[in-house]
Amino acid sequence: MSTSVIQAGPAATAGPAPSPRIRRRTGQGRKWLEIGLFAGPALIVFLAFVILPVVLAAVYSFFNWNGLTPLERFIGFDNYVRALTDPLFLKGIGNNFTILVASVLVQGPIAIAVALLLNRRMRGRGLIRALIFVPYVLAEVVAGLSWKLLLSPRGGVNAVLESIGLGDLAQPWLANPDIALWVMFGILSWKYLGFAILLMLAGLQGVPAELTEAAQLDGAGWWRIQWHITLPLIAPTIRIWVFLSMIGSLQLFDMVWVTTRGGPVGATNTMAVYMIQYGQTQPGFGSAVAVILFLISLAVALVYQRFALRRDLAGATTSGVR
Amino acid sequence: MTATEAVTTASSSRPSRRADRAAGSGFDWGQPFVYLVAIMIVLVSVVPVAYVWIGGFRSTPDLNANPAGWPDPWLIDNYLRVLGSSRFWGSVFSSSIVGVGTTLGVVLLGVMAAFVIARYDFRGRGALYSLFAAGLMFPLTVAALPLTILLRDIGLQGSFLGVIIPQVAFALPTTIIILVPFLRAIPGELEEAASIDGASRVGFFWRIILPLSMPGLVTVGVLAFVGSWNAYLLPLLVMAAGGMPQDLWTLPLGVQQFSTQYSADTGAVLAYTSLAMLPALAFFLFAEKRIVGGLTGAVKG
Repeated sequence: MSTSVIQAGPAATAGPAPSPRIRRRTGQGRKWLEIGLFAGPALIVFLAFVILPVVLAAVYSFFNWNGLTPLERFIGFDNYVRALTDPLFLKGIGNNFTILVASVLVQGPIAIAVALLLNRRMRGRGLIRALIFVPYVLAEVVAGLSWKLLLSPRGGVNAVLESIGLGDLAQPWLANPDIALWVMFGILSWKYLGFAILLMLAGLQGVPAELTEAAQLDGAGWWRIQWHITLPLIAPTIRIWVFLSMIGSLQLFDMVWVTTRGGPVGATNTMAVYMIQYGQTQPGFGSAVAVILFLISLAVALVYQRFALRRDLAGATTSGVR
Repeated sequence: MTATEAVTTASSSRPSRRADRAAGSGFDWGQPFVYLVAIMIVLVSVVPVAYVWIGGFRSTPDLNANPAGWPDPWLIDNYLRVLGSSRFWGSVFSSSIVGVGTTLGVVLLGVMAAFVIARYDFRGRGALYSLFAAGLMFPLTVAALPLTILLRDIGLQGSFLGVIIPQVAFALPTTIIILVPFLRAIPGELEEAASIDGASRVGFFWRIILPLSMPGLVTVGVLAFVGSWNAYLLPLLVMAAGGMPQDLWTLPLGVQQFSTQYSADTGAVLAYTSLAMLPALAFFLFAEKRIVGGLTGAVKG
């Protein structure tokens, strides 16, 4: 394999063109023009509608502001102090991290196992896959409203439990502070396993059949093949799923908002729910909560990127070059 | 599935059953187990949805009396009522416009940016990737309020574009993160060959990268479309608070509004919810085959 045109390293770029392939390069100007034309539109939209509003949120967070009057009552870090000394908000942070850890430890292994199982010839495979994806396709509003009806004291779940003689287990699932968070986690797992399985299956499609065939011919069993060949090869997919799942857990809002609004007594409260609850009338305070939420997400993401995702990006320059 | 069928149906590109047996016992006990697990997971996924659909065929007094009962008789009044309302069809129209606009925008902008990150070597490439990746950490909720004010200032409040453009912006990080490894996996030999044949980098992008990355584009397109179709907070802030007529609210807004307005009428709420699910389900069932079936590398061909 030889050096490709674009990805030639600095040494190759600096020296005289080693092969006729490079002759076409008309210098750095052309390259930067292309980079600008290709990446520019995305960058502009992203900066204007994602970064700028977030920066504005940071500005608002230092003001006592109701959203209507001019922005002039600067109060320093008072909003931050108020949020971080509120037990309800601290409870929300704890809930976010509980959901995060549970998601990665419970949903991840299940999704990988299901994807490995389904990534084979079997009757009705397409139908099975399609049906597993159904919950993911639903809007959180729709899924939340459905589960709210199912789990209400006079809802379908309790009625089924009573009809099969397990009436003792019947309870107001989302209204019981002791279990509401785990019920919420159950709903979220139901909703998002399909996405995880979808990603894992896509990753599995990239595992060359020749490798597993060769291992089979060498006498390796199914488990050994999965453990030593398939799993390492889909590791980048797994790492990206973990990343998406962690960030999603920290930003949890829609489902909680539709089903419990953070109740009962803060049992399912999350940072984002707390933010919207207070931020609608106090955008200054809400923005401070938003900034805290962002900083926590950023810290988690940076730590994770430092230790896990960096490997994937490091491959960017080298893959396909040597 | 019997062993004979398995051998005849197994294609050469997959581990054959013969090799399976060489590795293990005569009868593969794994297969029934796989089906058992698959059926359990399918049931867990589908039963709650089925409850909503079937519940829509029951009258509200019936639902209140026995929440877990079977429809007897099957009534279609709830569904007819929803299907006869202009509000439902207006919501379908609105969700479609917003969904298609968002999908086209994010796929086009996303693949162009991912192309640069994946296949150009330049100072700041890592920073550019990190910038977009950092976008994953900005939930819409963090930016929601300032975003609303910004949209009001540039006159997009209460318009379709006011939903579409921010949705494109917030979908870019996921899109780029998924597409970069995809574009990077396209072998360097193809690019060399294209350049030997006289193709420019732009020509390479249009003629080689786009066709070869089509499965990846379909994946991110479907994710963007489903995300847009299901979005709640942004349409709420831009459409509902922005003064758009209620008939043009997207479906999640419509469902939420309907269920609040008719909260006592459980049957009607279930029917509206069921019908709101249908378009997304139909679209996804169509696209799912292309996603999972289509993700094979270019190298193999």
